[in-house]
Amino acid sequence: MSEIEKNSYDQHRSRRKFLKGMAAGIGLIALPGKDASASMWEEFFQKHFRELSKEELKKVLQRLEKGYAKQFSKQVTVKATPPIEGVRYGYALDLSRCIGCRRCVYACVKENNQSRKPQVHWIRVMQLDKEKGVDLSHAEHYYNPEKVPEKGHFYMPVQCQQCENPPCTKVCPVQATWKENDGIVVVDYNWCIGCRYCMAACPYGARHFNWAKPGLPAADVNPDTHYLGNRPRPKGVVEKCTFCIQRTREQPGRYPACEEICPVGARKFGNLLDPEGEIRYLIENKRVFILKEDLNTQPKFFYFYAT
Amino acid sequence: MKVFRFARSKLVLLTLVSVIFLLVGMAYAARVKEFDRSGKLVVSEKSAADQQPAYDIKNRPKEKIFEVPRPPFTEGVFPCSQCHTYFKPNPQRRILTEYHTEIVLHHAEGQRWCTDCHNLVNRDKLRLVSGELIDFTESFRLCGQCHGDKFRDWKVGVHGKRTGNWNGDKQYLLCVHCHNPHDPKFKALKPLPPPDRPGGARH
Repeated sequence: MSEIEKNSYDQHRSRRKFLKGMAAGIGLIALPGKDASASMWEEFFQKHFRELSKEELKKVLQRLEKGYAKQFSKQVTVKATPPIEGVRYGYALDLSRCIGCRRCVYACVKENNQSRKPQVHWIRVMQLDKEKGVDLSHAEHYYNPEKVPEKGHFYMPVQCQQCENPPCTKVCPVQATWKENDGIVVVDYNWCIGCRYCMAACPYGARHFNWAKPGLPAADVNPDTHYLGNRPRPKGVVEKCTFCIQRTREQPGRYPACEEICPVGARKFGNLLDPEGEIRYLIENKRVFILKEDLNTQPKFFYFYAT
Repeated sequence: MKVFRFARSKLVLLTLVSVIFLLVGMAYAARVKEFDRSGKLVVSEKSAADQQPAYDIKNRPKEKIFEVPRPPFTEGVFPCSQCHTYFKPNPQRRILTEYHTEIVLHHAEGQRWCTDCHNLVNRDKLRLVSGELIDFTESFRLCGQCHGDKFRDWKVGVHGKRTGNWNGDKQYLLCVHCHNPHDPKFKALKPLPPPDRPGGARH
């Protein structure tokens, strides 16, 4: 080996060492500091929800419950109830009944622990012209008259359509969102990196991002929560309607909060696989349509006209 | 003459053919083709008259019992008999001036009068067109006499509000919990506040 070659070899080695050191240093900075608690380490190294074993899941739920108890100084239960066999949830909304009173919007916020400030709404009610029909380019969702319904208008609430062919789950680079076996599209808030690709992919505007730390007063926390649903979210993750997964996966399972509050009974919920159920009845007997059918997202949220 | 004979044989042939066609047609007419809910073709060999369902008006199956909350009576108005025992029933159609003056009938008022729904003698009961007396907790049967389509939908939970468990017990409401029977149009409500505009802009 010549003198020149040897020199360049040494130089190369020292540069490599330097880069290695840099990488290690940056890695160390990214890790939780030495004052971080053990739970923070556990959270950092938590596996993907669907890869957790039963024991690991139990530990995760306990850790979350402990964290929420500390954060809100009250008991919050976090469930991870699995899907019920033979169930595929379907939702239907009667456009000939809805009067646009927004009771569902706020019932949802209360039930699902959404951030009050900054405001996050999973349901958006659009006011449309009867003359123009379902023409979204004329939709107005900031309407605020003295009384609803207003003459010449009808109302169309839009929330997650729980697509059978969801475009949002396909674009997630880390698979933090997926469709469960009962058809509910869920988000693992601990796995979400906040890239918001799913929000861009969703044609219904149904996904919402926590731009700031959710403003959720302790007194308003609904303590009955689900890991994939309404547990309090951290900053920087995407959230969406889950058909009230914490209610509907129980046996017996209550109706979703929006269905329960609706003063005109426009909202219907049930099992699509039950031939005797109300959803199947209205699909077979009423005029039904799905929103943006041409996109082939195959929503399990049906709009219908009972009259 | 020859021409005539030819025409006659042609006529006989034509008659024969048409008779065969008629017979075949009739045989087909007796077969009824229908599609059931799932889209399957159902062919039945019944005549049209046989296909008419026979209604047994006298022995109708009893209506299913629906658990409902107490009807929304005005405070202190029920039982009606607490006052009506002291009045002689008057079937005369008239404008009420002493009692129940707050009731404004806006429900096909041209064809309707109190005693079409309220029983004349026993005021604690409602009266169906058949003459059957029913309780106020069964008033959906009364409404269902005219609004059969809504009644059918209500029973399966499509019309009206039904709460409870989607896979368990469900709670029904009576028609009158949402619709004032004397003025049934659903009343307008004040909407809850609109969402914040992005960036905190004012409405």
